Amino acid sequence: MAELHLKSWRFRAEREADWRRLETLLAKAEKGGPAKLRSDEILEIPLLYRQALSSLSVARSISLDQSLTDYLETLCTRSYFFVYGARARLPERLAKFFRQDWPQAVQALWRETVVATVLAVVSTVVGYVLVRRDPDWFHSFMDPGMASGRDPTATTAYLRETLYGKPDSAIEGLTGLASFLFTHNAQIAIFAFALGFMFCLPTAALVAMNFGALGAFMALFVSRGLGFEAAGWLSIHGTTELFAIILASAAGFHIGWAVAFPGDRMRVDAAGDAGRRGATAMAGVVVMLFAAGLLEGYGRQLIQNDLARYAVAAAMLAGWLAYFYWPRPVTR
Amino acid sequence: MSSEGATGRLKGLRPRGKPAAPSDGWRELVTPEGVDLRLKVGAYVERFVALLLDFLILLGALVAFSILALIVAWATKASWVTEALGVVWLLGVFVIRNFYFLIFEIQPRAATPGKRVMGLRVVAADGGRLTADAVFARNAMREVEVVLPLTFFLARGDGVDAVLVTLGAIWTGTFVLFPLFNRDRRRLGDLAAGTIVVKSPRKLLQPDLADTERAAAQGVSFSHAQLDVYGIKELHVLEEVLRGGERKAIAEVASRIRAKIGWDGAADIPDRTFLNAYYAGLRGRLESRMLFGRRRRDKFDVD
Repeated sequence: MAELHLKSWRFRAEREADWRRLETLLAKAEKGGPAKLRSDEILEIPLLYRQALSSLSVARSISLDQSLTDYLETLCTRSYFFVYGARARLPERLAKFFRQDWPQAVQALWRETVVATVLAVVSTVVGYVLVRRDPDWFHSFMDPGMASGRDPTATTAYLRETLYGKPDSAIEGLTGLASFLFTHNAQIAIFAFALGFMFCLPTAALVAMNFGALGAFMALFVSRGLGFEAAGWLSIHGTTELFAIILASAAGFHIGWAVAFPGDRMRVDAAGDAGRRGATAMAGVVVMLFAAGLLEGYGRQLIQNDLARYAVAAAMLAGWLAYFYWPRPVTR
Repeated sequence: MSSEGATGRLKGLRPRGKPAAPSDGWRELVTPEGVDLRLKVGAYVERFVALLLDFLILLGALVAFSILALIVAWATKASWVTEALGVVWLLGVFVIRNFYFLIFEIQPRAATPGKRVMGLRVVAADGGRLTADAVFARNAMREVEVVLPLTFFLARGDGVDAVLVTLGAIWTGTFVLFPLFNRDRRRLGDLAAGTIVVKSPRKLLQPDLADTERAAAQGVSFSHAQLDVYGIKELHVLEEVLRGGERKAIAEVASRIRAKIGWDGAADIPDRTFLNAYYAGLRGRLESRMLFGRRRRDKFDVD
């Protein structure tokens, strides 16, 4: 009596077992990751997926059972994302990030990095010159919380003390200081990146403000004859931290520029590409700021010799530059 | 197969010069095998609730984490423990704040717990694979979309400051409302990462209602004229009624169909049996006509 059945009914009856098999395999894979599947099950999924896809297109043309087509659509979508989704394990992905993705992303941002560096240098010089001319400018660059007493009214002895003394931070201990500095700076860097979307301008303002404060700070110490010492105090972590901030701003500029001037591509596509490339660089920036936080929290407090501070600073900068810009074979 | 292959085919298959989206809220995704999966873009309400749920979970995690740290600090009282706890707390808060979304969205299901509850997932807009950097980008943008308006919202100012704060709030507000003004309801982060949020429901395979063999055994049959009264739309409504299983609705629909088709067979057939049989008959009729190229949309679609 099989002839009495509808074609769509028979179609479903013949294939239902395979669909259910695919569904159980997917559920298993989604629960514990592909590692949970045996190798023959892994091989089975693409076959079952293609079968389900062909069932879906047949069902759309011959069956009017709404629940069947809905079911097949969701099943195919789920397995599509499994079959064509990423499957690299975390250690592999991390290794690839450090070996290839991060330096490549930074290299791709070289133009924005140059712009951000120029902007940073100019703001530092402006901050410096303004405060040297008239110390009152200091207060427009630094807010009192950040300066924490290091302003033009402070004595030279006090200023010297801040360069070599114990941190007068609310968080006791060096580890606490390091982790506070890291989380604070990383949050600001992520913010600078995200702000880039608004056509670069807010990021540029953030860079100008921060580096202007740097210039003002230097001007204050130079005016007391403490320039060399202050530069050492700053640069031991500063070469890493300021470089990281410049890279974060460069990533922000990259995305803002892509949004404003997408060229011959769709604005959406350009923004997406730029955002992904910038995000890779940003993930690296967080790593850099972690290193900078360690240097600032530990290194600066433990190393009190100026020349040693300069040596660490130079070594870090050379290390970062070599890591990012050393020509390397392109592997895909 | 690589994602480039997938997208390359996707572009190649799309007819040029035609709008890509057939209707609102749907997005086509043609697999390399050439089948359109028709993704449904997540609704505003669903996404908002998902975000709210995630924030609640985050808040709960932060509070629980802080209380735990306080209890340990209070119980041990050693100074180095307090310092270590301070470090753990700072780093923990940083990780929870920045990596909660990232960690869940790079997994195979590509959804945070809030999104899972609402049946949503993140996909790459070009149909390729969702990469970790895309997930990082879409969540880094949250700083601008959520934190920035919040700071303006919570900031207080007088005189010129108040004007500036208001302007800032308006400026950042435009970015919050971004998803309202584009086709795929993408927020800023989605744009920066090239992702969209789509529905990813899990449907169960329900039993086939069109068991014609049983209908024939029960002795209910319809003439072609009786089956030609309705089209596909009505068939789907009938399917919903039958699957819903509501006695009142079934009785009402059964009586309406009986009147409409001029049912003159046995009057003592239960409503459910009658509707089942009519569904099977109608589907068979429509499907066989579909095979000959006639797809009857609804009852008004008369040839």
